[in-house]
Amino acid sequence: MAEKEYAYFSGCSLEGTAKEYDESLRAVMKALGVNLVEPDDWSCCGSTPAHTVDHVFAAALAARNLTLVEKMNKDVLTTPCPSCLMAFKKAQYNMSRDEAFKGEVNGLLDEAYNCGVESKSSLQIIYEDIGLDAITARVTHIMPDLKVAPYYGCILSRPPDIAQFDDPENPVSMDKVLTAAGIQVQDFAFKMECCGAAFGVPKREMVNRLSGKVLEMAVDAGANCIAVACPLCQQNLDLRQEQVNKTTGSNYNIPIIYFTQLLGLAYGLSPKELGMDKVIVSADSVTRRITREEYEKIKAEEAAAKKPQKAKKEAAAEETNN
Amino acid sequence: MDTINLTEKTDWAFIEEVKNESGQNPSLCYQCGNCTAGCPYTQYFDYPVSMVMRLLQAGQKETILTSKAIWLCATCETCTTRCPCEVDVAHIMDTLRIIARREGKVSEKDIQLFYDSFLDSMKKHGRIFEMGILMGYKFKSGQFMGDAELGPKVMSKGKISLFPKTIKGADKVAQIFNRFQEKAKKHG
Repeated sequence: MAEKEYAYFSGCSLEGTAKEYDESLRAVMKALGVNLVEPDDWSCCGSTPAHTVDHVFAAALAARNLTLVEKMNKDVLTTPCPSCLMAFKKAQYNMSRDEAFKGEVNGLLDEAYNCGVESKSSLQIIYEDIGLDAITARVTHIMPDLKVAPYYGCILSRPPDIAQFDDPENPVSMDKVLTAAGIQVQDFAFKMECCGAAFGVPKREMVNRLSGKVLEMAVDAGANCIAVACPLCQQNLDLRQEQVNKTTGSNYNIPIIYFTQLLGLAYGLSPKELGMDKVIVSADSVTRRITREEYEKIKAEEAAAKKPQKAKKEAAAEETNN
Repeated sequence: MDTINLTEKTDWAFIEEVKNESGQNPSLCYQCGNCTAGCPYTQYFDYPVSMVMRLLQAGQKETILTSKAIWLCATCETCTTRCPCEVDVAHIMDTLRIIARREGKVSEKDIQLFYDSFLDSMKKHGRIFEMGILMGYKFKSGQFMGDAELGPKVMSKGKISLFPKTIKGADKVAQIFNRFQEKAKKHG
């Protein structure tokens, strides 16, 4: 496989409460032959708080990082965090369409940004650039007990003009990536319903109630695990799951796992290097692994056992007909 | 639904201000309610988002800027995605927050405080220091016990650092803050 290389922006959360997202993404990208290079001395994207202050200011905080990527001579930046992604995409969108705005943003920066970087989520890179066939080819293990509800969060494919990825109402990229890795996925209605976002600290109860609805919908659909692609979603659904139970009088105990961790498990990587021990609700009970060969053997035996039964039934049916 | 008392006169300058700063045309809204139907936060809003749009068309500056709705919006972009008139509603909400901040009319002080703790941390270190934000927020809000039970959980997983990591270019990031503040002062 030809080695691919991308500028990689992990973002602040992935250095702290979402460490396992960074660890698992790096491990999976390595397994897929993708090289990730971090811009030197990157800074925070500004996220939600900056855009409550000023549009130009928010774009400048994001664009400082895009300038660093331009200096690396890279034209694609990938980030696993939807919030960083949106900050970069909005800066790019507005600066490349409005010269006056671009001038104002660059007026706040030491080094001007020339709008030469396209930002893509790491999910998009895996789905589009690596592709489903390559994802399947690398699979070594099957998790037969696992039934995953893929949860995208609000902004991976929204708003469509800026996100330029997947469907804004019913995204399928994560479903397809997980399915390609031999993981059983369960469709559910709250794929994109907001978990409560960044309000966890100042508005805890509201966030607990919104997250509770997502958990409820996934559990009702029959899933025993939720796959996520956003550090904030993960935190609200996993770290705060006990709070959700207290606030809503529920009793959820469903693991919230980054889709990259699940891919890594299907690739035979160790739970430790994927940071599986860092999530609060353990996924151990649903992530039993057997090798692909073993799994295929079991399936073949099951099919063979069914055949004589089927033949017997058909023979019996024929007899009654006669 | 409550009836809105349109006691304020229509503030045409305010409508222009929002138009210019957001690049959006609020008159395009024909009150279909699609944004409100999809808004995950609507049960927490004092005015549903479609009503914020109507208040904006009527130039009800004070009511809008002091509303809780504009601060409880998480920019989930559902309204923008579904608006049949292609109004970027979430961007208008964003613009309304910016104006409310500028005019010192923020109704949800805790949310503003949390955002400010975030930005303080960023200005100081160039990146976000999660523990610092939390402590800064607790100190300023006086809510010391909120989320206290989460501390041991994150600690035991080794996910949160007790000490900030400051990037080499933290001063460059701080300069973006300073230049913006100077510019804001100049323009009043």
